[in-house]
Amino acid sequence: MYTQALNKEVAEVESEDTEKLEAFQARIDREEKIEPNDWMPAAYRKTLVRQISQHAHSEVVGMLPEGNWVTRAPSLERKAILLAKIQDEGGHGLYLYSAAETLGVSREELVDQLLTGKAKYSSIFNYPTLNWADVGAVGWLVDGAAIMNQIPLCRCSYGPYSRAMIRICKEESFHQRQGYDLLVAMMKGTPEQQEMVQDAVNRLWWPALMMFGPSDKDSQHSAASMKWKIKRFTNDELRQKFVDATVPQARVLGITLPDPDLKYNEEAGHWEHGQPDWDEFYNTIHGNGICNKQRMKDRIRAHEDGAWVREAAQAYAAKQSAKKSAA
Amino acid sequence: MSEQATPLWEVFIRARNGMSHRHAGSVHAADAEMALQAARDVYTRRGEGLSIWVVPSAAIVANDPDEKGEMFEPTASKIYRHPTFYELPDEVANM
Repeated sequence: MYTQALNKEVAEVESEDTEKLEAFQARIDREEKIEPNDWMPAAYRKTLVRQISQHAHSEVVGMLPEGNWVTRAPSLERKAILLAKIQDEGGHGLYLYSAAETLGVSREELVDQLLTGKAKYSSIFNYPTLNWADVGAVGWLVDGAAIMNQIPLCRCSYGPYSRAMIRICKEESFHQRQGYDLLVAMMKGTPEQQEMVQDAVNRLWWPALMMFGPSDKDSQHSAASMKWKIKRFTNDELRQKFVDATVPQARVLGITLPDPDLKYNEEAGHWEHGQPDWDEFYNTIHGNGICNKQRMKDRIRAHEDGAWVREAAQAYAAKQSAKKSAA
Repeated sequence: MSEQATPLWEVFIRARNGMSHRHAGSVHAADAEMALQAARDVYTRRGEGLSIWVVPSAAIVANDPDEKGEMFEPTASKIYRHPTFYELPDEVANM
């Protein structure tokens, strides 16, 4: 998901050894992976730290809208599935924090950046999950969009990020399928349940399209990320892939997508689609979305409430190792 | 940020008997026991392993990648270490 960080350019001009820069670019062009202790341009490192940590924060904050439904899942099976999915999101956050840490930033700094609002997370998680069908729609649309974004990241030039993405992509497929399965089940239910599905899709469709970031014409910033093979496709290319994959799935499900401009272009072989409300997108990433304040409040509280556990664990470890060295 | 940093551990997992442990990733934990439990939760949610090693990251000694030229140079010139260096008489089909 969560590549929205790539839409911001690292501003400073390189004042690094041209020879080293050229050798680095040559390695990238040969599709060699860059590993943690290899030389890399400062801007490459900075871009990756921002991108990977924003991705990690998104996974962690992404647990909140789904956690909203754990106690109200309609069956024990759905509850177990939802818990497993949320646990995966936490795991994904941890793989990604570890990958970011290989670039020389500490876990504590990264968490601090999220909690002080210095670091961002994906705009999608600032939308509420209002009915049970939202859990399905998040899996189908949000994780579906995430997969489109993340599959090319498996080939990212930075080794630890690429390896984390491979693990994540294997698990994401379960997320999308369980969501779709949940919606299919509801569509076989009462008219009210079918309406709940349509309502969830109506609310989440446009925010899901926003996950790919602004239109290419308004985002001239991905050039460096493309050159360094961090990013492999533009925002619009990925969005188009997602729309093309999703429209037929919506038909099978028996719902309509809330875009009057959606129409198949035979010649191009693509679904033409309308544009999301970009003002709403910018409003959300600037902190004024529906749930931004609630999400931050919840993360801060979770971190503060957990402080005594971390302190106790460290105190216990210190005591045990003192005992050991005394013996 | 007044908190003390929680130590980092590298995680190695044996997927099944007959295979060696492979590096899976890393976790933060206050002690070895918690590191093992965290490694299980983070890296083996779908039966990925039968055995886990955790090693304090600080205990790993690594070569300097900037000196990898000198480090690995001796191997480059010793092509006679590979079986393909030797040409067999045509009469010998396989060896």
